[in-house]
This record gives sequence, structure tokens and C-alpha cells, in this order.
Amino acid sequence: MSAIAKDAPALVPRPAGGITKSVRDSLVVAKRNLIRMTRIPEMVIFGLIQPIMFVVLFTYVFGGSISIGGSTDPQLYKEFLMAGIFAQTVTFATAGAGAGIADDMHKGLIDRFRSLPMARGAVLTGRTLADLVQTTLTLVVLAGVALIVGWRTHENLAKVICGFLLLLLLGYAFSWIGALIGLSVRTPEAATSGGLIWLFPLTFISNAFVPVTGMPTFLQHVAEWNPFSATVAGARELFGNTMPGVPKSVTGAWPMEHPILASVIWSVLIIVVFRTLAVRKYRSAAV
Amino acid sequence: MPGAIHAEGLVKTFGDVRALDGVDLDVPEGTVLGLLGPNGAGKTTAVRVLTTLLRPDSGTAFVAGIDVLKKPDDVRRSIGLSGQFAAVDEYLTGRENLQMVGQLYQLTARDAKARAGVLLDRFNLGDAADRTAKTYSGGMRRRLDLAAALVVSPPVMFMDEPTTGLDPRNRQQLWDVIEDLVAGGTTLLLTTQYLEEADRLAHDICVIDHGKVIARGTSDQLKARTGGERVEVVVHRPDEIERARSVLTALGKGEVTVVQLSRKLTVPVSGGAKLLAEIIRDLDAQGVEIDDIALRRPTLDDVFLSLTGHAAEVHENGDEESARAQAERSTDARSKEDTR
Ligand SMILES: Nc1ncnc2c1ncn2[C@@H]1O[C@H](COP(=O)(O)OP(=O)(O)OP(=O)(O)O)[C@@H](O)[C@H]1O
Ligand SMILES: [Mg+2]
Repeated sequence: MSAIAKDAPALVPRPAGGITKSVRDSLVVAKRNLIRMTRIPEMVIFGLIQPIMFVVLFTYVFGGSISIGGSTDPQLYKEFLMAGIFAQTVTFATAGAGAGIADDMHKGLIDRFRSLPMARGAVLTGRTLADLVQTTLTLVVLAGVALIVGWRTHENLAKVICGFLLLLLLGYAFSWIGALIGLSVRTPEAATSGGLIWLFPLTFISNAFVPVTGMPTFLQHVAEWNPFSATVAGARELFGNTMPGVPKSVTGAWPMEHPILASVIWSVLIIVVFRTLAVRKYRSAAV
Repeated sequence: MPGAIHAEGLVKTFGDVRALDGVDLDVPEGTVLGLLGPNGAGKTTAVRVLTTLLRPDSGTAFVAGIDVLKKPDDVRRSIGLSGQFAAVDEYLTGRENLQMVGQLYQLTARDAKARAGVLLDRFNLGDAADRTAKTYSGGMRRRLDLAAALVVSPPVMFMDEPTTGLDPRNRQQLWDVIEDLVAGGTTLLLTTQYLEEADRLAHDICVIDHGKVIARGTSDQLKARTGGERVEVVVHRPDEIERARSVLTALGKGEVTVVQLSRKLTVPVSGGAKLLAEIIRDLDAQGVEIDDIALRRPTLDDVFLSLTGHAAEVHENGDEESARAQAERSTDARSKEDTR
């Protein structure tokens, strides 16, 4: 009967390496979130349906009407489009991270975590890592669907994989924005809608679905400096999906001239800024 | 020497509400403090401040000798918390929940696993260990949450209404666990609505209301303030009340209170069981038929109502009925109602 106290493991002395502890705690939390995903497969499945619908709808509805560098050949549009849809899909990780964290707050789980001697950012890092796994899975399925509807790449496999890594990096960066939103709102529902609304202008005022050539000059500037556009252009380049008739840049914006580098810079910048903000918010998350 | 939990002048406001209004606490090492108070008194807020979850507006707090405001990370290494609402992940099994907490307390995966097994058995969750917590009943979740607070054996523990929602058997078992922990040197701050629980577990009791400490002391000290023993009689017929009253007036040592509706008479006494026999004899001689008679010692319930009943009168003056009911139950404590 008295087993409970006597058998209790002693407190482990403070581990020397702060980084090791951070990584370990983050992985513990990530594992927890991944287990949750397997228990709620609906979430993963719904997460797949939307981008698949986008692929199919855009391909067949807009396919023949949108002019890519002067040609309305549907095959050209398919190849132009896919990087855009992939990029839009990875940004939806924002809503997932936000809703998950808001849910934990709501259920009081964050209080449990915050009272434990764990690394500061681990709850959030664990969440974003789990979302990264989910995003990867989604991208794999989506790429399969894209191939089925006729998308083709024209670069070697290594470059294509780098294209996907570029996309995943953006998704990871955006899940930190989601984390901050999740910590700032009161309910998971608000986090989902709050995580999604602004993604629409962000992803549409870009080069993702149509070339920026047809936009008003003001929007062209916005679109070409949009971090999202840099990733789309970078992925297109790595997939070999750049269109001969579509200029790299209309306004001469630097990110469009060097899309791969620009995309990496943007994503890293977003991670640094939003991770700092989110971790700070988490630490003071007293509701 | 300050105790394992030591707080001075804690203030925390939420908008207009002063949830904590200058609370001082001191819990000597290896003892249990029972924090009592009506709903909204500020108990949970106090626990949240002491467990680093909430920053107070002012005041100081030390837990295990560590400054809560300056070194919250170090404090977290020395505490275990079971909050008012079970904080378990419903999509994980009971075992997975405990393993995760163990690993976050920096145990190795293997130790965390072994410990989870021990705790699941101890809290009667062995059979449900590999089901997701979503399928647990309220009491089972509560027990899982408590087990999570006990994954390591930190020197200072906080439990916010730990037995709320537990059935009598599990409550009893949790009390055993707590006694066992305290015997092992753990310091515990416990909030509760069950005064029996405070009576049984707490060395010291602190009653708070509206964010202020309104009384503190041992259970016996608080009871003594509420007055001594009394006899309660329930007569069979309403017309017997007057005869019973004269018997009780003669043998008791104070004013007799009568509740007409339930035909219940109460009188303060001294003399214990011997006097009780005498009262029964006299009532019998008077031909009074009694349904029930009991010698009552003051309970913490009486203490609680006499202390916080006052607050109810002041703040719920619209609700005269309840104020009167409370006043009735605590007539003999009225005059002693200071707040040291
Ligand atoms: N996050 C918050 N925002 C606003 N008001 C709050 C918040 N937390 C607590 N309060 C207020 O502070 C006061 C004290 O609340 P607290 O939860 O500490 O009470 P309690 O003693 O634990 O009550 P109970 O017995 O019902 O659990 C209440 O009036 C409550 O409404
Ligand atoms: Mg409470």
C-alpha cells in the first residue's frame, strides 16, 4: 500500500545539455500528437480531401481557359498549377497547429505541460513537428493525384525532392504562425477559422494559380514580394515547371529573380520571428 | 524558517474581481494545508499562482525555498500538480498519458513506462490502462490526472479538489495515498469542499473568502471557535415541541433553537453521553415521543458555514431565505466571528 511514495523515481538531476533536453521533450510531445492523429484519422482524411478537390477542380474547370504565356493548353496549366496547389496545401498546416494548440489550452492540458519541468518551447515545437509529418503525408498523396491527372516534372529526382523540401519548409514556418494564433484565441473553432481566413488572400494574391501578368500593377508588387510566391516559383523551378512564355518577374522584385534562395530566407525568417513570439506567448499563457 | 510553501500578500485581480486580495500562506515542510472556501473564493487562483501558471499582481511566493516569480523553471522541478479539472489527453490511453508525463519529468522512457504501470494499478485503472481516456468516466479521468501528479515524487504537491467526483472507495484510497505521501515527507496544499477530507488529512486549515484569509488554525482550533457540543432532538408530533423545549432548557446550557417544520430542537450542552441519557429519560417522563436524538460535536461544516455564512448575508441580501437558514445553523458561533 505504501508503494506509491517509496517506489517513486527520484527527480532526475537537471540535464546538462539544454538542447538535448529541448529536442527530447519536443519529440515526446510530437509523438503524443502523432498518436492523436492516428486516433482521429478523420482529421487527416479531411485534410486530404480539400487539396485533392482543388487539384481536380482547377485542372478541369480552369484548365482550358487560363492563358499561360499566351497558350491555353490544359497541359501547360496543369504543370503551372501544381506547385501552387502544393504550396497552398502546406500553408493549411497553420490551421491544424492553431486548432490543436487552442484545443489543448481549452482542455487545460497546457496547464499540465506548463507545470512540468520541460523545455520551454517543446509543447509548440512538438506540435509543429507532428504537423510537418502530417503535411508530408498529405503532399505525398497529393503528388500522386497530381501525377494521375497529368502533372509531369522535367528535372531529376534530387531536384524534385528539393522542391518538396522547399514546400515543407514553408509549411513548417506557417505552422508557427498557426501556433501563435492558437495561443491567442480562446477556442479551437476560432483557431481554425482564424488560421484560414488570411490564407486566402495570401495564397491568391500570388503567382500560384494565375501568372501575375494580368494583375493591376499594385497587386503585382504585392504578389511578387509575397513569401508564398517565392516558394511557388522556387518549387516550379525545381520541378522544371517554369513556363517559357511567363517572365520570372514582372516588377523586377528580387525574390522572383532568386526564388529558391528567397523562399528559404522567407521561411527561416518566419520561423525565427513567429517561434519567438509564440514561445513568449506560451510562457505567459495564463488565461 | 519559512515553510515549504510560503506566500505573502498575494494579490491577483481579473478586471474588477479581486480573486486574491492579500493572501498570506505558510505550510511547514511535511505537513498538509487544507484550503477551504466557497465557490469563487480564490482557491484555484492561489494554486495557479503557486504552481507558476499565473503571475500575481503583487506579493511574493516561495515553493521549496525557490522564488516562484524569479525562478519558475526551478519551481516546476519541485512540484506536482493536479488541477481542478482533469488535464489528460483524451485521445491517448491512460498508460500513454502517464508515460508522456513521466518523460516530460525527464525520466527515461523505460522508467516512465514502469512507473506508469505502478500508478495505473494503484489507482485502479489497470483494466482500462490501454483504452483511450475519452472512454473513461469522470472519476476515472480524475484518477488518471492524480496519477499524473504523482509520477515522480516531488517534495511539494498541489491538489485542487482532488476527490471531487470520486466514489467513496476511490476517495478512501486516494486519502491513503495522500497520507502515505505525507508520511514520506511530502508537503501538500489541498483545496477541498469536503470538510471531512480536510478534517482527516490537513494539519492546518485556512479558510478564504473573497480572496482573503478569514480564518486559520487546526481543525480542532476552528471547531472550538464554533462552540462546543450540542444535542439535537427530533420529536414525533408538532404539539410535543413545547414540552421538549422545557426539558432541553432545563438540562442544556444555552438557548434552544427550534425548526418548526422538521420538529427539530437544538441546544448547546456540556456533559456528553451521560447528559444525553438524562435528556432521553426526562423526555420520556414528559411523554414526548422522539424520532431521533443525537449528540453533535461541531463539524468543519459548522465552522465553514458560520464563517462564510456572514459573507452570504452581506452579499446575497436578496436571498433572505438562505441567509436565515445559515444564520440558524450557526447561532452559537455568531459572536465569535472575528477574523484574527
Ligand atoms: N481567468 C479568469 N478570468 C476572469 N476571472 C477569473 C479568472 N479566473 C478566476 N476568476 C475569478 O476569480 C475568482 C476566484 O476564482 P477561483 O477559481 O480562484 O475560485 P475557487 O475558490 O477555486 O472556486 P471553486 O470552488 O468554484 O473552484 C472568481 O470570482 C472567478 O470568477
Ligand atoms: Mg477552484
